[in-house]
Parts: sequence; structure tokens; C-alpha cells
Amino acid sequence: MKDKKLTKVDLIFENDGTCATTVLDKVRAMAQDDVIMEMIDSGLKGRGGAGFPTGLKWKFTKAENSFDKYIVCNADEGEPGTFKDREILDTVPEKVFVGMTIAGYSVGAKIGYLYIRAEYNFLLKKLNQKLDAFNVKIKDKGFDFTIEIRSGAGAYICGEESALFESIEGKRGEPRNKPPYPTVAGLFGKPTAINNVETLVYATMIMKYGAASFKLMGTQDSRGSKVFSVSGDTPNAGIYELELGMTVEDFVNDFGDGDTKAVQVGGASGICVPRKKFADMIIGYEGVPTGGSMMLFNSTRSMYNVLKDYLEFFAEESCGQCTPCRIGCQQLLQGIEAVKRGEKHPSYLDSLKKLAETMKLSAKCGLGQSVANPFSSIVDNFREEIIY
Amino acid sequence: MAKYEVNLKINNIPVTVEEGSTILDAAKKLNFRVPTLCQHPDLCVAGNCRVCVVEQKGAKALPAACATPVSEGMEIFTNSQKVRTARTHIIELLLSEHNSECTSCYKNGKCELQALANEYRVNENLFIKLVDKNTYTIDNFSPAIIKDDSKCIRCQRCVRTCASMQFVSALAVSHKGDKQKISTFFDKSMNDVVCTNCGQCVNRCPTGALVEKNYIDQVWDAVNNPKIHVVVQTAPSVRIGLGEDLGLEPGNRVTGKMVSALKRIGFDSVLDTDFSADLTIMEEGTELLTRLKKALVDKDETVALPMTTSCSPGWIKFIEHKYPSLLPNVSTCKSPQQMFGALAKTFYAQKKGLKVENMISVSIMPCTAKKYEADRPEMRSSGFKDVDYVLTTRELAMMIRQAGICFEDLPNEKYDSIMGESSGAAVIFGATGGVMEAALRTAYEIVTGREVPFANLDIVPVRGFEGIKEAKVLIKDVLPEWGFLEGAELSCAIAHGLANANKLMAAVVSGEVNYHFIEIMACPGGCLGGGGQPIPTSPEIRAKRMEAIYEEDANMAIRKSHENPEITAIYAEFLGKPNGHKSHELLHTHYVKRKGY
Ligand SMILES: Cc1cc2nc3c(=O)[nH]c(=O)nc-3n(C[C@H](O)[C@H](O)[C@H](O)COP(=O)(O)O)c2cc1C
Ligand code: SF4
Ligand code: SF4
Ligand code: SF4
Ligand code: SF4
Ligand code: FES
Repeated sequence: MKDKKLTKVDLIFENDGTCATTVLDKVRAMAQDDVIMEMIDSGLKGRGGAGFPTGLKWKFTKAENSFDKYIVCNADEGEPGTFKDREILDTVPEKVFVGMTIAGYSVGAKIGYLYIRAEYNFLLKKLNQKLDAFNVKIKDKGFDFTIEIRSGAGAYICGEESALFESIEGKRGEPRNKPPYPTVAGLFGKPTAINNVETLVYATMIMKYGAASFKLMGTQDSRGSKVFSVSGDTPNAGIYELELGMTVEDFVNDFGDGDTKAVQVGGASGICVPRKKFADMIIGYEGVPTGGSMMLFNSTRSMYNVLKDYLEFFAEESCGQCTPCRIGCQQLLQGIEAVKRGEKHPSYLDSLKKLAETMKLSAKCGLGQSVANPFSSIVDNFREEIIY
Repeated sequence: MAKYEVNLKINNIPVTVEEGSTILDAAKKLNFRVPTLCQHPDLCVAGNCRVCVVEQKGAKALPAACATPVSEGMEIFTNSQKVRTARTHIIELLLSEHNSECTSCYKNGKCELQALANEYRVNENLFIKLVDKNTYTIDNFSPAIIKDDSKCIRCQRCVRTCASMQFVSALAVSHKGDKQKISTFFDKSMNDVVCTNCGQCVNRCPTGALVEKNYIDQVWDAVNNPKIHVVVQTAPSVRIGLGEDLGLEPGNRVTGKMVSALKRIGFDSVLDTDFSADLTIMEEGTELLTRLKKALVDKDETVALPMTTSCSPGWIKFIEHKYPSLLPNVSTCKSPQQMFGALAKTFYAQKKGLKVENMISVSIMPCTAKKYEADRPEMRSSGFKDVDYVLTTRELAMMIRQAGICFEDLPNEKYDSIMGESSGAAVIFGATGGVMEAALRTAYEIVTGREVPFANLDIVPVRGFEGIKEAKVLIKDVLPEWGFLEGAELSCAIAHGLANANKLMAAVVSGEVNYHFIEIMACPGGCLGGGGQPIPTSPEIRAKRMEAIYEEDANMAIRKSHENPEITAIYAEFLGKPNGHKSHELLHTHYVKRKGY
């Protein structure tokens, strides 16, 4: 299945000016279930990292019998190396609003919250202006839907959906137990469809061009295209929309500096792909899934330092409530430091890998569960760099 | 609404439970114990310690048994190798962050973390010790509670207790990641914040991170000093709780054995707080009737009604912080502990020919807030502290063990005299609604000359665990001097647990409700669920304690406070009349307005 080549796409940032009006009119004329069917048919999966099928999420939310339902747009974008949602909100905010409106219409929600990371507050003035006009516009078009903006609490964990709800509710941003899932009991305990910024823009574009044309792109498991934030040792750092399904090698050929030894796919919580696996690794759900961050490392980089930075980040950004994550992150960090200093035998790395596995199995939320991704992939592939 | 049944298998054994049950409930039903730390029967689910993880067939991750609802066809394994590895890791992680000095820890032998470490035979050195790397503080400024962060496992039981049961939120989670901790407002001492010293968090802390400040050594010093006369008083609900800490099942009344143990320990005189509970009824009942008269007859609009009880020091601290404007509504009566202490160093000292400076007064209480109360500057009626040392039920149990006393085999002994006599009305002070019932038994009879119109004197409507209870008593055919109360309906309310107290007081303030008399106990179930009672606690355990209290009452020869002969005697000989001059000097107090944070 290495048939896909790197192909640049222009859907997300396409700006034809009439998109909002045509899409909203089209959706308004459709039955709720037909909109949801179109989304399911498109194969769109969430672009926030977890990759849950968006149409199904909306279907579940619609199926709940509740007077109050909510749409939340997750613009917390805290994953190190990711900056695509900022760009989207800066350049095509109306398409995000349209996506939220489509979601609200399909599931029967009257209020949508756009939860935007505190660091992006500089965007607020512009967003609010556009939003005020938009809220009036959708009322005129007969949508019983209003969008409000909520500013984030400034913690990485507040991007996790249930912690985000807690934060909007004015509480400490700590992830909740699941189940119940957000579609059943989300914001204020009500059924909630929460989606990433980019996911919602794709919803808009799918309603514009139809599921069929979206499906033409990508692979069986990873339909469509995706926005990537490219950073690290690359001459072409920036934001690119690419078709899903290419190999890492393809990607590196275009974006590498000729000396790439590893690519960290999916940010700090993602997986590190070493050079020897470039050719076989597909970027998508059948290979390495990604929320959009692609960080390239060339041979001058110490992978020990890369891992240490990530672990420091997690040790600090863990909400701290659950044992495996709060203490596990500290142990992984101090563990590699002790091995580096020669205070622990290199075989201690294997104990740490088992610990990372326990964190993956038993942590309460995705943060603690995903620390094993960078840890094991870096330790396995760059063991010498960690020890010596 | 009928609940659906769910069928699942645990360790290959089928089980059927109600929809909404957790995996933990289902396992319990099959007698599989899954270890827990953050879970507590009194609290909402947290799911943060993760020691309860189990394996679910077909699922990648290990769900937390306490936080995961059952679903049809689920197959769970509570002790598979995958589970054991994860669980051992989790316990090891907790220990790596923990200041494990068990031999010098107050919770040694009674600690849930220690028990788990023992059960899983963990290798404590698998991971790097983080204790020295983090900076921890010990807060021992409060006279009641010590908070030692180096022993904290961040289970948040205390936080949930303080917020949901007590509506105080003196403790909260602060910071994140490796710096996450349980903090007070601006990390001040527990002594300088809204904490009521109720000790409910202490009752639920699984480790030695929150414990009562103990005064065991000071009390040993006193009883072993021949020059000092040491009197000890025991609160009503100590006698129904103490056994639990000495190997007996909940619900055992051990009054006689407790008295016997105290004598063997070496107290010079073993007396009963129940005596001063009876006295409280006389003083508080009279105060209520006086307020009612002022309001109804003299039309004095400055009289504060409803009047609330004042025997729960956790409640006093709560209202001082949260409703300072309602302080005039609080009865001016000292709590029974303080009344007793004040009389011990005056009346009792005179009768026994003792020099007050050679006396130490000790109390055994189900309560940690009593430690704070005894330290209040107002509580020094004789010029000396009314009560020098307050020990919890747990501390007494520890002294009994230290003394090498085989508690179960002790004979039953009687309290010493004077101030050792009491009534059933005093015993029920230990249960929510008890003070109300005792007060009604006496007040009704004073006003009408007849017993309260309830079979066996059991005022059932005020009993039980309902968070807020109400009772109305119609007063008819009164004695001539109480004519102004003829036909009046006395309207009463009772709340236990400060969250309920807060609800009730909010309704009072808003004018939604109208009462004459309100009983408030800071702890769930009243003193029987006090912060100084044996650990563990649960609704079932408290229900057994409550049964025991009403049994004790039913078995008493005297059931009404005003019929306690020592009460009649002390008024005749010493106090004069209730609310009289001497009473005011010794038995009443005033309160302090405090900040709301
Ligand atoms: C620690 C953590 C941080 C997260 N941060 C974000 C984020 O910043 N933005 C985002 O869209 N999703 C984030 N997620 C994923 C969300 O929980 C959620 O899955 C997502 O918003 C769903 O939207 P989608 O289905 O459109 O991807 C995070 C998850 C975890 C565990
Ligand atoms: S895994 Fe980490 S971030 Fe998630 S709940 Fe546990 S401590 Fe918090
Ligand atoms: S809290 Fe428990 S484990 Fe910790 S030192 Fe005390 S007894 Fe030991
Ligand atoms: S003693 Fe009571 S009020 Fe104080 S922190 Fe504990 S639970 Fe809260
Ligand atoms: S103080 Fe005790 S109850 Fe509170 S979080 Fe720490 S260990 Fe848990
Ligand atoms: S007891 Fe289940 S997570 Fe703590």
C-alpha cells in the first residue's frame, strides 16, 4: 500500500468568500440525519489526535435524548510543534464557525463553544468581530444556534476533552472518568460533540464538495487530507496541507535537509520514526497517526535531549491526579538521567519501558497513556544515544 | 424506576448486578476484593489512584474497577498477570514519592498504603526515591490536625470530603504535574484558614498525611504524676465507638469496660460528659424558653430566633466563618465538654478539696474540633483551661493498648462520683437529632407538666440519617406560668454534616423557612461519626453506632435530663438556677466573627 505520493492540497485554506453562504444554505435544506450520513460516508476522522470518526460522534450525540446539547470546538492546541489551528483561526475563521453550525444543526445543539488556548488571545478581537456578524447571519438563515468563545486556562491538559469541559465549567482542568463519554455526558453533563478546529473545517468542505470527492483522497483507513505543522531541522518549516497515506520517506524527501535521522510524528505524545523505518511507515491510521506535528531531527541532534525535553514537558504538564502519570513521568525522566550519569545500569531502561507500558495501560487519560509513545520509540531506536 | 440487570463474568464466574453498578461492586458481590485507595463509600468516585485497575477481555487498557460501570457480557479479570504487574508498579510509584518512615508514623499498622505494600510485597527500591528531591512541608500549627504532605498520596479523599460533605473546601488541589499537592488557601496553616477542625478528612485519609494532633504522652505524664489529680470525662459516643478500635465489631456498647480501662490507666477520677450534656439541656432549654418569651410576650424584636445549638465546635467554627451575622442566633451555652471542664475546676475541686493548679482535666471525645475548642481563650472560666487535654476515641484506644490492657476481658465498672451520673437523654447527644430529642423531653415537660407525647419517650421523627429533618410539636394545656406558649407549635429542624447545615442556614437566611430551634452537628450522623472516631467509617458502620446509642438510651434508668439527681443537686448546691448568674460565669460563652476564607 505504498501507492500514495506526497501531494499538496488546498482545501482548508481555500478562501472563495462565498463558501459560508453556499454551505449553510445547502445544509439547511438537508435533513439532520442526511448531514450525519454524509459525514460518516466521507470517512473523516478527528484531526485532534485521537482519530475518532466524526460522523459517528455526531450520530451518537444526536441519538441522546436531551433538551440541552453542546458543540465544542477544541482550539487549545497545546501539543509541542503544532501550530496549524492558530493559522486556521487566523485566516479562515468563518469556516470553523460554519463547521460548528453544521455540527450543531445535525446533533440538535443550540450553543457552541470555541475553547481557544490562552496563548492565542491575540486573535480574540478579530475572532469576536467576525463571530458577532456570523451569529446574526446564521439566525437570519434560520439556524437556532449561537457560538461563544471561551479562553483557555493555559495548561496542556485542558486540550483533553473532559478536562476542557471542567475548565469551561470553571473547575480545575482535570480529566474525568470515561465512560460516560462526551456524547452522553459532556459539557455541563449534557451530550456534547467536541471536535478539533481542523476537523470542523473539513466538515465544512465535505458539505461543500460532497463526501465522494473527499473520499477520493487518502487511503482506506485515512480518508482525505490533513494539515501538518512542519518544524525542526528542515529548510521548509511551516504549515502544509497534504494528502494522507504518503510514507515518511516521501515526506522526508520533500521536507528533510538531506541529513534527517528521525521524524517525530504527532508531537511530544507521538511516535519517533527512525531513518531505517522511513520507507515503510505510512503517515495515517494504518501507520503513524498524527495530530499534525512533524518534527524532523538531523544527525546533529541528541535524541537523549529530545526525549528529556519531552519528559520534562510531561512531568510538568501532567494534571497530576493519577498515580501512573504523575509519578511515572518523573520516574521516566529521572531514570534516563540516572542511566546517563551511570548511576543506573543500562538495563534499567528496560524496567522503565515496562513502567511506560503500565502507564499506557492504566493512566486515566490520553496524556499519561501516550507517554510510552515517544519513550519506547526513542529508547528502542536510539538506545546508545540515551546511555552514552 | 426499575433498574435493568446486567450480566457479566468476573474471573470466569458469572454475576448479575444492577445497571449502573461498578466493576468493583460486581467483584464485591462475588467476594473478590479489588484493592482501592482513592475510593471511599462516603465519597463520589475519583478514579485517580489507579490501584483498582482490572483486565477487561477485548479492551486494550486496564479499566479502573471503582470508576467503570458494568456492561452486558463484560469479562473481567481482577488478578491476571497484566493486572498484577500494573498494580505493583502503581504501588511502587506511590512509595517512591512517599516518605515511608512507618516505624515512626502515627498511622503505623493502620495505614491503607502500608497494608497494600505489605500485601503486594513490593520492592520499594525498584524506582528512584523522589522524596528527597521534592520539598514537603509539615503543618503542625493547628491544635487539632497535623498535615504532612510527605505522606500524601494525592487520592483527594480529603478534598472531596471537605467540599462535598462539609461545604468548607479548606483543602483543594493546587499546581499540576510533579508539583501537584493538596493545599489550603495560599498554603497557610490549617489553623489560619476556614478549616473547622471537624476531622472528617482525617477519618478518610488512607495514610498518615492527615492525622489528629495527639496528646497521649502529655496525658501519660499527668496520670503518672502523683502530685496531679487527673479527672477524665468521656463523651456520649465514645462508648459506642471505642470497641471498634480494639478489635470489636461496630455497634458494641463498651461503657463499663471503658470506665474500667480508664481506671486501670490511672485516672484519679473517671467521670461522664453525659452529666454535662444533661446540664446543657437545662441551660439551653431555659435559654430557648427565655428567647421565646421575649419574642412572644415582650415583643422584643432584637431576640435572635431560630436559636441554634452550640455543642458541636466544628459547627461553631463554620458559622463564625460563613455566617458571622447569625452568631446571635447561636445558643451561648458552652459545649458539654467545656461545661464539664469549667465545673471540674470549680465545683468539683471545691467538693473534693483540691487545688486547681494541681489538677489536670482530660476529655475523651469523638471529635478533633474539641481540641481546638479547648484551646480557645474564652474557655478558661476558673482562670485555668477548662479542659487541658482532649483525646480522641482513637487516642484512648492507643493508650489502652499501650497500657497492655486486655480490653475484651475487662469487667464492667461504674463512673465515679460526683459528675458521673447521667440520663438516656445525654447518651443520645451522640446521634444526630439527639440534642433535639433530649431538649424536647425536658422542655415539653417543664412547660406542660407532662411527658412528651411519644411512646417510650422516643421522638422518632428527629432520629435517623436524613440530612435535614424537621419536627413540629404542638404545645397544649400548659402550666400557668407558661401561658404565653399555649397553643404554640414549636418548629424545629436538625442538620448533620456541614453541607446540610449550610443548606439549612441558607434557607433560614433567605426566609424560606421559619424555625424556633435548630440542632446542628458538624459530622455525618452526629458525634457518632465524629472526626475522632475509629477509622474506617461508612454509612453502614455509622448506622450500627446509631443503633447502639438508642439501645444505650433505652436501657438507662433515667431518660430525661431534668431527672438526673446530680443535676438537681448541682443547681441546689452550687449553680442556683439555669441561666443564673453562676451559670453565665461558668457555662456560657461568646463567639468570634471570622473571615470567609
Ligand atoms: C493531553 C491531551 C491534550 C489534547 N489536546 C488537544 C488539543 O489541543 N486540541 C484538540 O483538538 N484535541 C486535543 N486532544 C484530543 C481531545 O481530547 C479530543 O479527542 C479532540 O478534541 C476530539 O476532536 P476530534 O475528534 O475532532 O479530533 C487532546 C488529548 C489529550 C489526551
Ligand atoms: S494521565 Fe496524567 S494528565 Fe491524565 S488524568 Fe492522569 S495525571 Fe492527569
Ligand atoms: S503513611 Fe503509611 S506507609 Fe506512610 S509512613 Fe505512615 S504508615 Fe508508613
Ligand atoms: S477538618 Fe473538616 S473542615 Fe478542616 S479540612 Fe478537614 S474536612 Fe475540611
Ligand atoms: S491528605 Fe490524605 S486524603 Fe488527602 S490526598 Fe493526601 S493521602 Fe489523600
Ligand atoms: S480506587 Fe479506583 S482509581 Fe483509586
